[in-house]
Amino acid sequence: MSAAPLLEVQNLSMRFGGLVAIDDLSFTANRAEITSIIGPNGAGKTTLFNCLTGFYRPSSGRLILHDDAGSHDLERMRGYRIAREAGVARTFQNIRLFPGMTVLENLVVAQHARLMRASVWSIAGILGLASYRRAEDAAAELAGDWLRRIGLLDRADALAGSLPYGAQRRLEIARAMCTEPRLLCLDEPAAGLNPRESAELKEFIRAIRERHAIGILLVEHDMSVVMAISDRVVVLDYGAKIADGPPAAVRADPRVIRAYLGEE
Amino acid sequence: MIARLKDAGLAGLAAFGLSLPMLGLETIDAGNGKLGLATHFDRVAITVAMVFLGRLFLSRVRLPKLPAKFQVTRLPAVHIPWAPFFIVLALILPVLPFASRYVVDLATTVLIYVMLGSGLNVVVGLAGLLDLGYVAFYAVGAYSFALLAKYLHFTFWEALPLAGLFAGSFGLLLGFPVLRLRGDYLAIVTLGFGEIIRIILINLPPVTGGPNGIDVPRPSFFGLAMERSVPKGMTSFAHFFNIGFDPMQRVWFLYYIVLALLLAAILLIQRLRRLPVGRAWEALREDEIASRALGIDPTKTKLSAFAIGAMLAGFAGCFFATRQGFISPESFTFMESATILAIVVLGGMGSQLGVVLASLVLVGLPEVGRQFAEFRMILFGMAMIAIMVWRPKGLLSHRQPTIKLSTIKLPKPGAGV
Amino acid sequence: MAYFLQQTINGLTLGAIYGLIAIGYTMVYGIIGMINFAHGDIYMIGAFISVIVFLVLGAAGVTYVPAAILVMLLASMCLTALYGWAVERIAYRPLRRSPRLAPLISAIGMSILLQNSVQLLQGARDKAIPPLIQGGIVLMEQDGFTVTLSWLQILIIGMTVALMAGFSWVIAATPLGRAQRACEQDRVMASLLGIDVDRTISWTFMIGAALAAVAGLMVTLYWGVADFFMGFLAGVKAFTAAVLGGVGSLPGAMLGGMLIGLIEALYSGYFSVEYKDVSVFAVLILVLIFRPTGLLGRPEVEKV
Repeated sequence: MSAAPLLEVQNLSMRFGGLVAIDDLSFTANRAEITSIIGPNGAGKTTLFNCLTGFYRPSSGRLILHDDAGSHDLERMRGYRIAREAGVARTFQNIRLFPGMTVLENLVVAQHARLMRASVWSIAGILGLASYRRAEDAAAELAGDWLRRIGLLDRADALAGSLPYGAQRRLEIARAMCTEPRLLCLDEPAAGLNPRESAELKEFIRAIRERHAIGILLVEHDMSVVMAISDRVVVLDYGAKIADGPPAAVRADPRVIRAYLGEE
Repeated sequence: MIARLKDAGLAGLAAFGLSLPMLGLETIDAGNGKLGLATHFDRVAITVAMVFLGRLFLSRVRLPKLPAKFQVTRLPAVHIPWAPFFIVLALILPVLPFASRYVVDLATTVLIYVMLGSGLNVVVGLAGLLDLGYVAFYAVGAYSFALLAKYLHFTFWEALPLAGLFAGSFGLLLGFPVLRLRGDYLAIVTLGFGEIIRIILINLPPVTGGPNGIDVPRPSFFGLAMERSVPKGMTSFAHFFNIGFDPMQRVWFLYYIVLALLLAAILLIQRLRRLPVGRAWEALREDEIASRALGIDPTKTKLSAFAIGAMLAGFAGCFFATRQGFISPESFTFMESATILAIVVLGGMGSQLGVVLASLVLVGLPEVGRQFAEFRMILFGMAMIAIMVWRPKGLLSHRQPTIKLSTIKLPKPGAGV
Repeated sequence: MAYFLQQTINGLTLGAIYGLIAIGYTMVYGIIGMINFAHGDIYMIGAFISVIVFLVLGAAGVTYVPAAILVMLLASMCLTALYGWAVERIAYRPLRRSPRLAPLISAIGMSILLQNSVQLLQGARDKAIPPLIQGGIVLMEQDGFTVTLSWLQILIIGMTVALMAGFSWVIAATPLGRAQRACEQDRVMASLLGIDVDRTISWTFMIGAALAAVAGLMVTLYWGVADFFMGFLAGVKAFTAAVLGGVGSLPGAMLGGMLIGLIEALYSGYFSVEYKDVSVFAVLILVLIFRPTGLLGRPEVEKV
């Protein structure tokens, strides 16, 4: 495992007019580790994700993603480039699948960047060149592999919008993984899941960490999930970091308890 | 009961207020350029009665849900081979017993609209971009040919690829600044652009012939002219094959040209749908935010849809010009854009079959039933509202997925989840 | 100089009319987040109703001009407001929760329906009425060119200013205005607080339509003619005015209207009449590219 962190958040601040959503936040996330971001509602967790994935432009601070070749300054990159070049993928609080497309198509669309390159502005695609067909087969194979892993192989041709909630969540995560990211950001993946589904989700995320050794950033309210699978926990309150460490330490931290439960 | 009466009564009152000025009173020519007034209170009474009674009784009736096979959630178990059916039908149409010159002519017109509808389908149906000025690209294609023919003596076949190229480039040029706008803004801007093109065409008589238009040459069959008599140095088709000249020859010729163009266009579109660019169009339409999160460049993707749609309109325009032998700005009004949009919307956005059927209905029917022609646009308007309220995905909402599980090779189950 | 002044006066008059129509666009956008595509045709209907009421009054023997105009104004405002209400009920309300494209297409359908219905019911030819208000004051003379400010122009601009002021008061001080502002900010919350959102939206459409009707009446008096297609171009230009001023901002709509009117008048006065519409359209493109929030508008933050 490389010593350098995968993601470095340095003095990140995000202001909306007079409202400070994130206040001078700094932390790091490593490869092959699950880093959870927790905090009371309104603490700025989703705002952080939006800054990381290019939906908001940070007011100040730096977001550095390291890869083997060098590093990417996420705060300066345009939205789609962050996914394409830096390799940051995410899921959304309100599931954003492509409901009118099939399950399989959702997974293939995720491999857009790679396939576009292979199709050479669609020319290789239109002409049906072997090089493109190979790329397409590889993409379909990867999609099929994930279908099996999330147990949706038999529903591959069903419309994504017709799946039950839990299956949609799994599909969204699988779709993000199909972009072959370096950093996976999961925004409240356990929301709306019953205990059994939560347990399956925990295993699923752990397995991703084991098999792919990518960094995983997790925003979550469900403490059973957070405490069970996180390697590190970062606690936000009113946009600022109030704790940062392994789960057990954070759980016992008096500042964290106060933020969640209020003053005595 | 009382409540329903009151509700119907209010509806009737509203209908009265709406219909009295417009329906009940008609401004007519009273001579000397002055206006007079004609009364049609009977129409008002009928309208009010219909609304009142309709409101009173129809609220009891539930509109029947369309049968399951039209719902979006399931793919049909039976795969009806529409495509081969229509293709074969179109190929053999001219030799069918009822295919008079009128029928083949009408079919040619319908096919032009199918082509236009297919092109707009890429922009509106697949990519979800509301383009209200599609007619502008149609005009660019037609006038490119006309001007190339007038000044550089290009023939139809020489001008055809250029017409598509020019129209496509126009699409890129227009799209570049405006495609990042929100849907509504994009709609108005494209609407304005369609009008601007028409204004420019009208106001440049030395170049474009202004409101009087330009003459356009006819296509030739591998160098053989489809005319009765030809200028020196050229041979006519009839003469070459030693048969008598018959105007039907040109009619058939034009029909098969547009059919060939259409089939090529459909082939291209279906191919593109299965390529990453086509899937990106649909992903963008479904959810732009999620698309961006997957690394899809929204601007480039939208531009490609826009340009391809424009290019197809350019080809259609070039053909339209040569078929008429003459073009003028009158053919390129907002009503045209609206008709093509109606075809796409009513046929089911994204559905190729829907475009074919909608063209048949919207273009073919009014021709056949001349008395409908006046009401045509009114019915379009009403149909568009009705479709959006009841079946927003269009009448044929079935979408063919671009990749099926059965076609892919699955990897062997590995270690892991 | 004199010529410039005359064009400026003409431009401001034209601008007042565009401003009145633009207010309708901007208010509807503020409250439901969508452009009312059929608004230009509502303006056209307002003009037609004015003509029809005029003919009715003529047939009834009313010849006192101020009374006639007052009746035309009130009748047109009320009946056109009814049309505005109907448009919202039929083309917008059922689609409030639908994806973006559906209400747009429905509105376009409504626009096509209105235009062609009027064409069918009233005939495709221009409808002309004799000039009702004539004369004005001469401001200056220079090199044989007379600058006049006509009574009608004064009426138009005065009427517009009065309506603007009255309307701003309504928005600021009345329960309806407060409900309107609440719905603009957060529809769900407003309804939870007991505000009848449906009714507020209906009123918004009706008021916008009434103002457009005033514009339609003014135009008919000014140019003496109405035709079924006039809503199309006027609608696009008024929309440009709303965008220029900042969509969602009431003073912006008026400001935008004035600017567009000036641009159009000055362009046609100094360059060419044929391309005056192109000049306005060019403004639209430039604004949307370089400053999409307009002069007085508020930037929108994307909700993810």
